[in-house]
Amino acid sequence: MSEPVGLAPAPAGSETGQPVLAPPRPGVHGAPRWMWVLGFAVVLPALVPIGSLVVRVFGGGDVVIDTILAGRTMALLVRSIVFTLLVTAAAAAIGVTAAWLLVRSDLPGKGTWTVLVSLPLVIPSYVIALALLSFFGGRGLFADVTGFALPSISGGFGAWLTLTLSTYPYVFLVARAAFRNLDPAHEEAARSLGAGAWRAFRTVVLPQLRPAVAAGSLLAALYTLSDFGGVSLMGFDVFTRVIYAQYQGRLDRTPAAVLALVLIALALVIVWGEQRTRGRAAYFGTRPRRLPPLVKLSRRGRAVAYGGLGVLTFAGLALPIGVLSAWLIRGVAGGQTIDMRWGAVAGSLTGSLVAAVLAMAAALPVVVLAVRHPGAASRWLRRAVYVIFSLPHITVALAVVFFAANYLGGLYQSFTLLVLVYAALFLAQAVSAGEAALLQVDPNLEEASRGLGRGSLATLWNITVPLMWKGLLVGGALVFLTTMKELPATLLLRPTGFDTLAVRVWSTTNDLFYARAAAPALVLLLVSAVPMYLLVIRPRRAL
Amino acid sequence: MRRPSLAIALLAFALVSVACGGDDESLTVYSGRSEELVAPLIDRFETETGIDVSVRYGDSAELAATILEEGEGSPADVFFAQDPASLGSVALSGLFTDLDDATLAQVPAEFSDDAGRWIGVSGRARVIVYDTTTVDPATLPETEDDLATAEWAGRLAVAPTNGSFLAFVAAKILIDGEDATLDWLRTLAEGGAPTYPSNSVIVTAVDSGEVDAGLVNHYYLFRRIAEEGEGVVATNYFMTGGGAGSLVMPAGVGILASSPHREASDRFVEYLLSADAQQYFADETFEYPLAAGVSANPELPSLDSLNPPELSLSDLAGVLDRATDLVAEAGLL
Repeated sequence: MSEPVGLAPAPAGSETGQPVLAPPRPGVHGAPRWMWVLGFAVVLPALVPIGSLVVRVFGGGDVVIDTILAGRTMALLVRSIVFTLLVTAAAAAIGVTAAWLLVRSDLPGKGTWTVLVSLPLVIPSYVIALALLSFFGGRGLFADVTGFALPSISGGFGAWLTLTLSTYPYVFLVARAAFRNLDPAHEEAARSLGAGAWRAFRTVVLPQLRPAVAAGSLLAALYTLSDFGGVSLMGFDVFTRVIYAQYQGRLDRTPAAVLALVLIALALVIVWGEQRTRGRAAYFGTRPRRLPPLVKLSRRGRAVAYGGLGVLTFAGLALPIGVLSAWLIRGVAGGQTIDMRWGAVAGSLTGSLVAAVLAMAAALPVVVLAVRHPGAASRWLRRAVYVIFSLPHITVALAVVFFAANYLGGLYQSFTLLVLVYAALFLAQAVSAGEAALLQVDPNLEEASRGLGRGSLATLWNITVPLMWKGLLVGGALVFLTTMKELPATLLLRPTGFDTLAVRVWSTTNDLFYARAAAPALVLLLVSAVPMYLLVIRPRRAL
Repeated sequence: MRRPSLAIALLAFALVSVACGGDDESLTVYSGRSEELVAPLIDRFETETGIDVSVRYGDSAELAATILEEGEGSPADVFFAQDPASLGSVALSGLFTDLDDATLAQVPAEFSDDAGRWIGVSGRARVIVYDTTTVDPATLPETEDDLATAEWAGRLAVAPTNGSFLAFVAAKILIDGEDATLDWLRTLAEGGAPTYPSNSVIVTAVDSGEVDAGLVNHYYLFRRIAEEGEGVVATNYFMTGGGAGSLVMPAGVGILASSPHREASDRFVEYLLSADAQQYFADETFEYPLAAGVSANPELPSLDSLNPPELSLSDLAGVLDRATDLVAEAGLL
């Protein structure tokens, strides 16, 4: 019998009591004042860039209207919305289906597949795009090997495929954890009352998954909105590209700020949508003692499942690794010397590790306030966290450059500031995983602790944190992985001479040194895969 | 159930390992030119002069934007950029100091700022990169105007967000006026010109058969050849009609007025103009050397034969915003 472990662990303490599907009750005890102070303090770094954009726009005058009406601004905004919806829908469908197959079906080799299907998360979207581009097309890798030319993939379809492959793991990981923590009793009850398998799934299982799927989809949607590398390599115009264009082609930074605020508005709508979808659902209850019986797949079902998972693994994982290896081998065979920059490895690791720990610490008050003390204030706190995640990193980075160079003195271009910005950019991922975990913790446990005379801090530390610890760790792992891939903010804010693997990949591909790009890109994947495996995938012994 | 002690230890580590301060004795260079291309040059400079250089690599336009945001407090001593527009934005904001006349005299005046605030170091020509298996070079025109035709509709890739392309559009505004430039851009956009994020991606796309031709700078092709070897089917075509399409744009360098290291900065600029460095540009980056009498790589047509348009590169930055407006208005952004 396997024990459920995953994104959001169920409380281990409560052995009795019925599982409940109920709104979180605001505690008898309100949130202590120090927690509100902490919550707003950690969101403050996120507010600096947003604030500086607002200041710039309010000084902008006519430029504001002109920018919004100029050229294809509005058309591209609509296109970005549609694109984000299409990617998110695909990511959600793939993520949930794969999670169901790898938790609930009797498919052999589930452990291996789980690792393979999760790993595309560690591959930067621009690397996936480059790999797809080199594979397809009249002179692509496929044509080279088989002599049969595939059509070129650049354009909208290629961009959609790239972003779908980059984002479905968000949904997969969250949904997988949710499937594992579901109590089979509900579904069995529905079945015993005469509901068919599909009806039971649709009416009983799916609603319980909703918060998890919504949280994963939110990350997928906002990531898609902020992405520049993947879509631009595919030659597909979206809103972020217009923003980048402003920085390339203008002295006046007001238009860029205006466009960024439009993006913020869009992100707010998406976050609001997620909050609506998720409703006030919270699922907490006893840790299920057992997984429900596995669903038997027919022979055809298995073939289809293997086919689907195979395509996913091929396009999202095997292809990027294969193309990178081909570049490397060709370069070495052609006599290029590939020197490994250990400084870049060290830079990536320390930056990402520190950012992950900072984000976990910062996420704690935000998560507790958002889940345990819902209200207008905590909703805005949470929104600020998600909005910053949706902004193009160049926008955030330049706002920080302005603020730090002029007001922070020695902190500018320091490691400290860089990791603070990383943590602020990716805090949403830690909050998201933390929320999913805390939603499954029974608030009665915390109330009991308070009732027995423990203070709010002691309760947080001794009860809440241990119960949601694994969720926080998963959040930290997500932050680690995205920081490893981060480029625009790193370029602008790093200490002079500080190097990362992502910077190496950028600096080399930019001037077509593909062989030299391959080595750091492969190391990036390898190094990222380790925490991914340890924290997210490896079952039970993990923590 | 384990306590989060690991996390606390790491957080403590993070707080202890707070920023190491800057080194006052080193020259800080913001380089919009990539590390792969210029790092060997900077190593040689350090060895020769004993001056310690720390380099901040990035995109030229983003580094220019960074310097503008930093203002007087910029840690940069020297800005080494890919294109005259990035240099021009810093010059227009009054953040560059004037270079010495003796320095400026080393490079033909048309490749430097009129007011002497930055100087060209190496030249890159605008070219059409085309697929030799699908395009007959006899059909390629003398000026970019003949690319805005039905024949070329949808076959010519551009990089509308790229600094070099925007500088080219700015040049076209200065030469042909806004109306003609807008018409030209519109014809391209309405014909469905494929758009890419950068020159290097266009060269890759042309060579892999995704698109017939593209407007780029000349030297990316040589990187592609170095990387791919014999199989490259793309090649360069130089438009010599004297329009904006025949533009030769320098990568150049300027010294920040706020720099406390003027002498070291001057030596850095001098080094970039030395025979040693100029030869490096000819051999390694396939750019046109602009100083020290070094001649271009024999694989390139001579600089004199390119017939670049007569215009002041200093004026480019002044119309850059308009160039971006027009590119957007035409529907390419």
